[in-house]
Amino acid sequence: MRARGIPADWPLVVLSLTLSLFGIAMVYSAGQTDVPTFVEGIWRNQLTWLSLGVVVAYGISRTSVRLLEWGALPVYLGACLLLVALLFIGQGAGTAASTKSWLAIGGVRLGQPSELAKLAVVLMLARVLSAERTAPTTLFGLWRPSLIVLVPWLLIMAQPDLGTGIVFIGIFFAMLFWSGVAWPLLVMAASPAVSLILAFGPGVWGAWFLMLLALVAWRRPSWVEGAVLIAANVVMGVVAPLLWARLNPYQQRRLLVFLDPSSDPRGSAYHLIQSQVAIGSGGLTGKGFTQGSQKRLAFLPEQQTDFIFPVVGEELGFIGVTIALGLFCVLLLRTVRVASRASTPFASLVAFGLTSAWFTHIMVNIGMTVGLMPITGIPLPFFSYGGSFMLACWMAVGMLVLVSSEGRGRADGLVI
Amino acid sequence: MSFQPNEVQRRARIASAALFVGFVFLAGAFFRTQVLQNARYTLQSEENRLREIPLPAPRGMIYDRTGKIIAENLPGYSVSLLARNEDSLRTTMRRIGELVHVSSEQVGAAVRRFRRDRTRPTVLFGDAPFELVSVLEERRVEFPGLIIQAAPKRFYPDGPAVSALVGYTGEISDIELGQSQFAEYKAGQQVGKDGIERQYEARLRGREGMRFVEVDARGRVVRENARADLVPEPPPPLYTNIDLDLQRFVHSIFGDSLIGGVVAMEPQSGEVLALHSAPTFDPNRFIGGIPVSYWQELQDDPRKPLYNKAIKGTYPPGSIWKLATAIIAMEEGIAEMDDHMTTPCTGGYQFGNRYFRCWDRKGHGDLDLNDAIAKSCDVYFYQLGLKIGLQKLIAGGIRLGTRERSGIDLPAENRPLFPTDPPKAYYDKLFGPQGWSSAVTLNLSIGQGENSQTVVNMARFYTALATDGQAARPEIVRGQAERTRLFSVTPTQMQALQQSLTDVVGRGTAIGSRLDGIVVAGKTGTAQNAHDAVNDHAWFVGYAPAEDPKIVVAVMLEFGGHGSRAARIATRIMERYLKVRVASMPATEGE
Repeated sequence: MRARGIPADWPLVVLSLTLSLFGIAMVYSAGQTDVPTFVEGIWRNQLTWLSLGVVVAYGISRTSVRLLEWGALPVYLGACLLLVALLFIGQGAGTAASTKSWLAIGGVRLGQPSELAKLAVVLMLARVLSAERTAPTTLFGLWRPSLIVLVPWLLIMAQPDLGTGIVFIGIFFAMLFWSGVAWPLLVMAASPAVSLILAFGPGVWGAWFLMLLALVAWRRPSWVEGAVLIAANVVMGVVAPLLWARLNPYQQRRLLVFLDPSSDPRGSAYHLIQSQVAIGSGGLTGKGFTQGSQKRLAFLPEQQTDFIFPVVGEELGFIGVTIALGLFCVLLLRTVRVASRASTPFASLVAFGLTSAWFTHIMVNIGMTVGLMPITGIPLPFFSYGGSFMLACWMAVGMLVLVSSEGRGRADGLVI
Repeated sequence: MSFQPNEVQRRARIASAALFVGFVFLAGAFFRTQVLQNARYTLQSEENRLREIPLPAPRGMIYDRTGKIIAENLPGYSVSLLARNEDSLRTTMRRIGELVHVSSEQVGAAVRRFRRDRTRPTVLFGDAPFELVSVLEERRVEFPGLIIQAAPKRFYPDGPAVSALVGYTGEISDIELGQSQFAEYKAGQQVGKDGIERQYEARLRGREGMRFVEVDARGRVVRENARADLVPEPPPPLYTNIDLDLQRFVHSIFGDSLIGGVVAMEPQSGEVLALHSAPTFDPNRFIGGIPVSYWQELQDDPRKPLYNKAIKGTYPPGSIWKLATAIIAMEEGIAEMDDHMTTPCTGGYQFGNRYFRCWDRKGHGDLDLNDAIAKSCDVYFYQLGLKIGLQKLIAGGIRLGTRERSGIDLPAENRPLFPTDPPKAYYDKLFGPQGWSSAVTLNLSIGQGENSQTVVNMARFYTALATDGQAARPEIVRGQAERTRLFSVTPTQMQALQQSLTDVVGRGTAIGSRLDGIVVAGKTGTAQNAHDAVNDHAWFVGYAPAEDPKIVVAVMLEFGGHGSRAARIATRIMERYLKVRVASMPATEGE
């Protein structure tokens, strides 16, 4: 049912293109500072990357979902190999100069393989999850999808790149949900991580732990699973803080900075304050395109990459922010629709995986600029400057158009 | 996976709802930040980008009574820096030091200013020499955040001649910054430190202006005039009663070899015509930071140039105080101008087991009060003092204002020293109950002993003698004459007192200081002091013309020897004033 001659999902393409052009306009504005820097002309590079991305997306949309399914494993293995190689030859860049997230040959930075790895994990997870007749119902039944995510996740955390790591976690749980894993199981799978986060408030952690016990009592997993689950939560919630407290403050800081290079307290506090000042001073209508003083006078750090959204906030105001958020929201609602109408479980999972990856990016990036999320280095799809990221986003658009083109106008009772 | 269509639709609905909630949540956060908290963040953004550069206002002009300039402002330059932190400040100073000489004191002062106030540009060089300004101006791009601007600079055309009067200005000190009267001052600002500059600081200080520049995150100035300037406003000029011509004359005849103080006043109004302290200093060298070497030189000079001998120094008045004894005797009805004492002067006076000398060993013989004043006979006044009695002598002295400041409008005038009433309590406390006898009366009656007066207060005392018993408060700026009655005698007694003062110059101790055509009245004083057994302090306080006094002059020469030396200086000052100034005055103003 592939529509020949014209791309199948015009709303999807138009939305992506609108967001990309909006983004490049903001990259252009990001370069308009009173003391010119290299950022001044990079919008042209970004335009080149967009063109390339559109071509690649068109190419992908002209293949078939079966090809994607077939290619999932080699792509996944290739991505993992690249990540392993990065640990030895990777290079840092910009504020994260000490990390190893860039692939470079002969001093020329080619791109960030972790962007490819995101797509690869989505494809591979989709393949594995769609191969099962029913969704896993036990924790141990999740071992294959867990392993698929865990390997590249560990490799990326070793770079280290906390932001991309968070995206992997988002993809993992979203795709489990989409494959039909029941929510209590998702809660149980996520519980050790939640315990780790809540561990710093003993009362809150206690309440969480009681809720978890009730859940275990209700769902009655096997006793081994139950024991492992409870043990994992206790370790995370009780032992981890004790170990943490035994560390010297400088060791704690080092660990935090290792996990996330941008978490240097003074540095990130400054970033957050300047970002909020930029957004807040924009008001309802903004200071006008290219006129943001926070950006012009270089108070806003990383204004072309991680902190590009404050430029939207400062220059176009709440109205511009609402338009951008609205475009993202409509795009994601559209891709959920694509996922729900896909012809095969694999295609559906790919579409939903890509949706969740974007959603995580948007929430974490925009949330961090306004102080809702911790500062982690994570780019905003279609907006943040960066070649491989733009390319990855448009590869995703290509896949979504492909899935959409093979999908049906209306899903009617296909069970595999 | 389970791919049952209804299941998928259900999940799609859940996912869509979750997406929607996520975006609404974000939009809510932006609404709060951008719409509800907009004012706060707008303010922060303005604070981020705008820096206030103060534009120093010129200090008020100071004029003399004829409109001659005592203090003015010259164009100068200041160099300051918008420093992000101490390191960048030190780095900039070091780099400037590679171009021109920068002393470690200048670096230290800049760092101190930065620490005191980080919100304002830190003044690096308050009074930058032209060569420094031109070197820095050439290399402006290499020094981001450097601000070179015009800064009016205080200048006293007559320098040392007016130093005792006008004082000087300097950068406000840490101690001053902590005082409530300087609450509105900022580190690095100039403030009056002494003299008129200090006394009238509030009137001389202009209103600082403000310039707004836009800076980027590195503190670089990216745009001048980001907002309209607030123009600095100079205050209205300050007119003083000083006669600058006379002031210069006083300075010129004093020279630099003499030590002492001079106050010249108009006897009715109290207007101060001249006020001098020798040796002098150059107030111009204090502007923009006094060089350490000059400061040390002033501090090390045993003659204490910075110590104002006209209003701060206190000295035993000696014979100029004999008029006080005479006034008290008249007020108490103890003696009149033609009364003689029982014992004639034979060059000394035996009191108990002590022999009190007269200054003239040859003795004055038998004389009346008039002659005793004219010849300044100590023996006469010993006996007069004994007749008055210690208690009345001290009570009368206090009434004459010998324990009070003159009230001149200059800062830090010292209070004169004189015993308190009752005398017994005072002397018991001073020497112990057995440590003193009524012999103190003899010393007090000739202006020695526990009596130490400022030059300005003696000038004030003699304004009462020159007029009608009312003393005029010395006024440098104020126009409001304030006269206080010091003593009440009959007109006949007053005439007799004034005649005796005329006789001092006409035929007495100051006979060498007579002037052609001007009758001068006054009294010499040769005061013994604890510091130098050989060289006495020389005093002369008097007025002229005797028949219609226009000027009262008090001169004190530290270790200056006989009072007649002071008299020669005083009468020349009177002559200068009366012949040059009063003679040229229109008839209407003369009265």
